[in-house]
Amino acid sequence: MATMPVERSVDGSTVPAARLDPESAEWLRALAGPGPQHEAALARLHGMLVRIARAEVRRRGPRVRITGPELDDLAYQAAADALMAITRKIGQFRGESRFTTWACKFAIFEVSAKLGRHFWRHPVVPLDAEDWDRLPGRFGFDPARESEWLDLLAALRRAVDAKLTPRQREVFVAIVLNDVPLDALVIELGSSRNAIYKMLFDARRKLRAALVTDGYLDRATEERS
Amino acid sequence: MNDWPALDDFLRTDPQDVGCDRAMEMLHVYVELVAAGVPAEQRYPGIAAHLRACGPCGEDFAGLLAAVRGEAD
Repeated sequence: MATMPVERSVDGSTVPAARLDPESAEWLRALAGPGPQHEAALARLHGMLVRIARAEVRRRGPRVRITGPELDDLAYQAAADALMAITRKIGQFRGESRFTTWACKFAIFEVSAKLGRHFWRHPVVPLDAEDWDRLPGRFGFDPARESEWLDLLAALRRAVDAKLTPRQREVFVAIVLNDVPLDALVIELGSSRNAIYKMLFDARRKLRAALVTDGYLDRATEERS
Repeated sequence: MNDWPALDDFLRTDPQDVGCDRAMEMLHVYVELVAAGVPAEQRYPGIAAHLRACGPCGEDFAGLLAAVRGEAD
């Protein structure tokens, strides 16, 4: 399995620890300060995280079928866990962005994780099902060309069976055939987003190569990637 | 030209793609560049490639960008 490249800026540099902007410096000073000052900063930070998490859950809400009090509960839980993560990792903040941007990132991550967990409260499809019939719709296949894409799908299915490892196959089936959100699969498999993405990445690469070899996809496009 | 562009787009992988861990580690930096109108995808092409291909990380990017732009207010 190929490893993912490490991203640096195109000039080859990593992001240096930057001089803090005054607002970020004030946040760090207050959060590191004594009793009342520390408590006030934590309360202010928590308020900001709740606001960000609520907005984010609302932004995603229509797609994840969460409404009403459940939506607010999820946002409050995400904000509370984000606050814990921030206080635990604050020593890692290097000033490459404003402190509030860095902090908001944790609220967004917690919303993602909690929505992944929420999916399994009302799963739409069993994990081991294989809904091949949804692929023509997902990939916009023209009904008038059904005989052609039936051949294509048969080739894809053969490649899934022959080219993928059992774990890659499991991830491909869950995400592509059964429409399980990647973050939900992370929870179900006790894995990480990066590991599941990498597995799907490798599966995609293998399947495309197989379809190019069989003449279903264009090699020139593959060479550009 | 491919006859099956959506399938081809989905299966095509970008060797520059840095993966979720690295993209999420740098997300706050990348988002501030985008919010400031700096061509972040030119400075960090591997992160840009990842955000195009990874739905969950793309969602996190969109959410953090909305937060930075004050859309949560």
